[in-house]
This record gives sequence, C-alpha cells and structure tokens, in this order.
Amino acid sequence: MTTEAVAEEETAPADRTPLVELDAVSKYYGNIRALEGVSLEVHAGEISCVLGDNGAGKSTLIKIIAGLHQHDAGSLRIEGAEAKLSSPREALDRGIATVYQDLAVVPLMPVWRNFFLGSEPTKGTGPFKRLDVDLMRRTTHAELLRMGIDLRDVDQPIGTLSGGERQCVAIARAVYFGAKVLVLDEPTAALGVKQSGVVLKYVAAARDAGLGVVLITHNPHHAYLVGNRFVLLKRGAMSGSHTRAEITLDELTRQMAGGSELDDLRHELERAPEPGTGYGAP
Amino acid sequence: MSTTAPAPGKPVADERLLKTSPLKKFLGRPELGSVVGALAVFLFFAVVADSFLRAASLATVLYAASTIGIMAVPVALLMIGGEFDLSAGVMVTTSALISSMFSYQMTANVWVGVGVSLLATLAIGVFNGVMLIRTDPPSFIITLGTFLMLTGANLGFTKLISDTVSTKSISDMEGFSSAKDVFASTITIGGVDFKITIVWWLAMIAAATWILLRTRAGNWIFAVGGGEHAARAVGVPVGRTKIGLYMGVAFGAWVSGQHLLFNYDVVQSGEGVGNELIYIIAAVIGGCLITGGYGSAVGAAVGALIFGMTSKGIVYAEWNPDWFKFFLGAMLLLATLLNAWVRKRAEATK
Repeated sequence: MTTEAVAEEETAPADRTPLVELDAVSKYYGNIRALEGVSLEVHAGEISCVLGDNGAGKSTLIKIIAGLHQHDAGSLRIEGAEAKLSSPREALDRGIATVYQDLAVVPLMPVWRNFFLGSEPTKGTGPFKRLDVDLMRRTTHAELLRMGIDLRDVDQPIGTLSGGERQCVAIARAVYFGAKVLVLDEPTAALGVKQSGVVLKYVAAARDAGLGVVLITHNPHHAYLVGNRFVLLKRGAMSGSHTRAEITLDELTRQMAGGSELDDLRHELERAPEPGTGYGAP
Repeated sequence: MSTTAPAPGKPVADERLLKTSPLKKFLGRPELGSVVGALAVFLFFAVVADSFLRAASLATVLYAASTIGIMAVPVALLMIGGEFDLSAGVMVTTSALISSMFSYQMTANVWVGVGVSLLATLAIGVFNGVMLIRTDPPSFIITLGTFLMLTGANLGFTKLISDTVSTKSISDMEGFSSAKDVFASTITIGGVDFKITIVWWLAMIAAATWILLRTRAGNWIFAVGGGEHAARAVGVPVGRTKIGLYMGVAFGAWVSGQHLLFNYDVVQSGEGVGNELIYIIAAVIGGCLITGGYGSAVGAAVGALIFGMTSKGIVYAEWNPDWFKFFLGAMLLLATLLNAWVRKRAEATK
C-alpha cells in the first residue's frame, strides 16, 4: 500500500540537513548505561524506524527526543543546531511531537475536547472569553476526515474509540498542531493486524504531508512496510543502522531477532514435537 | 482548514449515527440520577408531610440546600479534578472566626475583617494545593492534616483571644449591617422570605457550570481528573489547575463562613466538623465520579437540594428528629444506587 511512496522518497537528495539528528548519544541513570553511542537521522518526508526488543533503550531514546530526559554525552541537533531539550513543552515548541503508547488522551472526555486539550482556541474577551466550541468540533471532524477517519460523533468519549482510531486521533492532533517531527512509540503494539494496517497508513499519510517520523517498534514487518531508515538497538547500544536500500526484510528480521540467537531458537523449536492433530482441528 | 471540512453551520448527516432524541441525551447527563432522586424525595415528603408544600417551607428547604450547596459546588469541581478536600468543613468556621476576631481585636470596620478573611482563606486553599503538587501523598492525607490543624487552631485561637469557645458579638460594629445585607439578608418575594444564600448558591452554580463547560480551565479540570499524565503530556498546567480548584473551595468556605458570622453574630469555634463529608456526598449524589474526570456542578447542587429536603422534610413530617441521620443515610444510599443504575443504563443505550 505504501511501497511506491517509499521508492519515491529514496531518490531524494541525501545532503539535506536532517530535522533531528542524534550523534553518538548516551544516557546514564546512575551507574546504569541506558543508552550508548546511538546515532539517528530524521529527515522531512521520511520515516526512521527504531527497532529493538524490550529493554533495548527505545524508551530512553524517545524520552531524549521528547525532552523528558537530557542526554549525557553525544549531540542532539535540531535542524542543524545543537540542542538540549529541557522539557516536553520545549520539544513541542520546536516542532517535535511525541505520541506515547498511552496516547496522552483522557478516556472520559469527548473526542473534540481531547483533540484540543492543552491548546484550546478561545473567542471573546474578559469574563466572556470562552472555548470556541463550534470551531473545535468542526476542526476535529475535518482533521480526522483528512486522515481518513470518518468519525460518527465527535462528542463520544474518546475511550469508546478503538485502539487504532485513538492512535490516529493522537497522530492527527500532532499533525494539526504543526509538528515537524512525529515520534511514535510502538503505535501498533497492542493492535490487531487490520488495525495495525490502518495506523501504518496514517503514519505514511503524515510522512507524505512532509513530516519527519520516528517510528519505534519491535515489529520489523511493520517497520519495513513504511520505513526509510532502520536503527537497531540492543541492550542500550546500536547494533545496526541501515537505509532501506541496504537491507532486506529477512535480514532486518534476522538482525532484530538477534541473528544467531534466532538460529539457536529455530534449532530448539524444530526439535519440539508437532502439536497433536487427532482432534479434528481445522 | 482542509477542503473536506463541512460548511460551517451545516452539519453533515451520518447514516451510522442514529438520531439521538433529546430524552436520550438527557439520560446521558451526569446529573440525571440526582434529578430523579430529588424528584423522588420531593414527592415522598409532599405526600407524608402536609406542610411541606407550603411556600414558606420550600423557602426554608432552599435555604438549607443553599448553605450546603455553596460548598458542594466547588467541592464537586475539585472532585472532577480528581482530588478531595477534607478541610472544607472546618475552613468555613476558620473563615468566620478570622473576620470576627480580626474586626473585634483591631476595632476595624467589619469589612476589613471580611477582606482579611478572604485573603487568609484563599491562602489556606493555596496551601492545600501547593502541598499536594509539591509532595507525593494523596489529597486525602494532605487535607486530613489541614483539617486537624484547622480544627485545633479554631479552638485554640478562640480560647486564647476571647477565653471562651465562641467569639464576641460584633453586631454593634461599623459595617455590620451592610455586611449582613450581603451575606445574611432576607429577600421577600410575594410574602415569602428567601435567604440571600440562595442567590449566592445560584451564582456559584452558574459560574461553575460556565467554567466547567465553556472555558479552557474547565477542559483542564476534566483532564487532570480523568488522566493526569495525559494532561501533563499535552501541556496542561496540572499544578495551577489544582491550586485553582482548592482556591475555589476556599472561596466557597469564605462565602459560607461570612454567612455564618453575619447570620448569628457570634461564631462557635467547634463548628463545621463533619460537614466536609456532606459536601462530598452531595457531589457524589450529583453524579461526580469519586475517581475524578466526570460530573457536573448542577448535579452537586441537586445533591445539596436532596440534603435540604430531607433535613427539613423530617421536621415538617413531625417525626422524631433522632431518626434524622438514619433516614438521611438511607436516602443517600438509595439516591446513589439509583444514580449508578440510571447511569449504567444510559451508558449502555448510548
């Protein structure tokens, strides 16, 4: 569904300044090495995937880009300029929006209130300064429609939407508020196959809108569907960094699963007896 | 905006969205359970107590409801914001004591005392809020501390200054009559006496509803109560919102306290203990979720009305008032169960 778009991106000139660039970034929590020597480039209109198993340092990496934590070594450059983000607000102000796994939505609140939460438009002055409810409702509906979600009712609590829809609302919100870089923390982690596809489509839509996307995932199949660059993390260090042209899905999967460790695992599983078939299983 | 946006003022019909009848919309409102409960209580006393339906009785019921409601409304907002304030009951007494004693000791115009009391009470609210956001323990514990401290200070300071447990009369002091007009006067409409607290109560309901539904602050109140981490992640000033909510409760305590002072002239320093629970219960009957993020100011006001009707209805029914607490408890339980049942049904049919 997105391969032709990806192929098109590959012809883009390589000498552009990346929107966000991490160069040998390290982070220590006391005597714990959470991240060491990780480099990552995020270009406009491209998707950079960060792959890694649990505890590989993906969350730490996100927190540095999102401004929740500061790196201890290496450099973080935003549009070529050296930066150290002191808060999520500063990251947001510099155009870096992060969509966390918990999506930062309030389940009991209507979709339109969630969409504008923290950046509500108002009209009127003095004591009559009030929410521009009409604008908020219309914009929410229109922006979601643009991402391809035709919402039945913007008044419904966002908790009643499906996981994929909620993810898309969070992405649409970041895009609407002028994000240049979108950081997505495992957007497909808890979703079924179809829902994952829907979310990946919106990720691609955000990319086509000219955003730089950082896609954190532990699913190489999802990453390879949309990604332009792949950075593999393992136990806090970078175990591989590839552009799409350099690597195949099989190789990515193999590296992601730990290469030789996967071979061992396959060997182990092959010896396991086949599950019984005598019960008329379909 | 995008080109696919529907024309303003022309909502697009969606075939998947069944037309919601106004009745069903009403069934989904948080205050519904309390409205049904209030109607039930009203009908009950209208049947069993002959004098309940007289205009004068209804004015008395409204008065009782308003004294609770002035506090129940800001307490409800605080609960929607996900927090409690156990010091709300004694704070009313503290506020009254400060006005009275400041005016008396300084022989100042009572309005000076009223002003000082406003600042002091708001400061207590700020203290509650700042303590909460600066430290980790839940608001239940923080405000339990404030509650005990205020209870002790009320008694201690009053005895220290006036040697008794109540304040000196200030009715002969300058400004007393005008302050009484504002906080404790009686308005006669069609031969029926209405207490001015009813006006304060209605004003608080209107202001709270406006803030909750139509301002940015209202959006933030729902958000900090319904998902604090999410709210913080999208840039909602969580700390400021909570401090503001505690200041709202403090403002209610100030209004309530000034009424107490100017209505009775003297203040008993031991009063107010236990009222904080009544405010919370009124808010819960009114449909506020005890976990935060859901509720309404109107609901809390109706919860207060149920309280007023029950406490006065028992008197009009000429029952032994010893049974008041039992009856009140049963009423509360019923109203809350009804509320929960109605809400479940409303949510299921959505």
